[in-house]
Amino acid sequence: MAYWVGLLQDLFKNMSGLIYLKNVVTLKLDAQKCNGCMMCTIVCPHEVFAISDRKAFINKIDHCMECGACQKNCPEEAISVKSGVGCAAGIINGLLRGTEPSCDCSGDKAGCC
Amino acid sequence: MNRAFIVGELQTVAGKIPQISTERTASDVWQTIKTRWSIGRMAYRVKQGLYAVGNPNQESNIFVTANYKLSFDHLRRALHGLNAWVLVLDTKGINVWCAAGKGTFGTKELSCRIKAHGLEKLVSHRKIIVPQLGATGVSAHEVKANTGFNVIYGPVRAEDIKAFISSGLKATAEMRRVTFPVKERVKLIPVELVYGKYYLILVPLIFFILSGLNNKGYSIDQAWTNGGKAILNLIAAYISGCAITPLLLPWIPVRWFSFKGLITGWLFATILLYFGFLSAFLPEIISWFLIIGSVSSFLAMNFTGSSTFTSLSGVQKEMKLSLPLQIVFAAIGLLGWLITRFI
Repeated sequence: MAYWVGLLQDLFKNMSGLIYLKNVVTLKLDAQKCNGCMMCTIVCPHEVFAISDRKAFINKIDHCMECGACQKNCPEEAISVKSGVGCAAGIINGLLRGTEPSCDCSGDKAGCC
Repeated sequence: MNRAFIVGELQTVAGKIPQISTERTASDVWQTIKTRWSIGRMAYRVKQGLYAVGNPNQESNIFVTANYKLSFDHLRRALHGLNAWVLVLDTKGINVWCAAGKGTFGTKELSCRIKAHGLEKLVSHRKIIVPQLGATGVSAHEVKANTGFNVIYGPVRAEDIKAFISSGLKATAEMRRVTFPVKERVKLIPVELVYGKYYLILVPLIFFILSGLNNKGYSIDQAWTNGGKAILNLIAAYISGCAITPLLLPWIPVRWFSFKGLITGWLFATILLYFGFLSAFLPEIISWFLIIGSVSSFLAMNFTGSSTFTSLSGVQKEMKLSLPLQIVFAAIGLLGWLITRFI
């Protein structure tokens, strides 16, 4: 029984196709500007970046979800990505209002000072 | 606003700080269940502010979170047994990752709150621990320039915080990776199901009423028999798109969410056909396949927003083709189904 459970778990683990479309993301890295601080490898939730020879490089581009964390935290501005919500409802929202894609999660305006 | 988690008060150089419990009460569990069903979800908030867990001092770590109660609860429970400061930002009741995407969990808000609460007087160190997913809105070097505090990105999941602390504020690759296991997907299904509640009542009702139409006029009996089947088919399409596709997400061997939804929808339609719920008449069967397919596909496509790995460029690419097709499928299906009322 334990054998079969293990087998099934293995099968499903290998089948976890949690990768989205290929060759679509807008992520770009200018390795010339990279200072090797490794911030991009820390903030990326999908291990898109790796370090080689004290410089970052894009290792798994198709894992990128364009969240923009790397761009925001790169002190050398070496990373560019058109970030936004990967959300169909948000895109439809944007189409209907004639704005950029935006999720409708919160109504009230932000700002503390 | 719920304040039952406040258990005391601490007198500090930065003023009086409420002490919070790290226990989950029966009321928290009940509120969480309601929130997962989208009941009062947008109002499930904590007051923005600085809080204390245990008896923190000048050396203690500061953890930042959003003012969505579920986010706050995850953090305070993960800090059980520790002495720490908790800084809650005003994210309008939205979780860390979504708020970071919108910018409300961001550099400006964080910098303002660090200054407003006088954190430089409260602690002797200059470290502030921000959840990794907050990095979408927070720029560590800008916060450093604004406040002098070094942003340390903590693990993705609060449950890893203790391991993160004991390894000297270092997260493993595992702790930095966002996953989307079946357990997490199941938690999201209720909100998906509740999402289209008005349509779920309205559309089947319209189908039910139209089911009575025939070339002799209108038959109530026919509305009951055909209308009942129509309602079942529509509910099946809804469940296929909102629940079954998200559940089976990685195991449906295509990448487009709309395509995943179409496959599940047609699987449902085939089962319904087998049990005689679609029709015995080919044009009506085709119409139902088009309707169920488009509904399931559209709803599955909307799950891109709940998933943890879809990119804006990808969703835009997918929608460019899928959305028009869904509309055409639904329109032809509906027209076909209406025409078959009179044949």
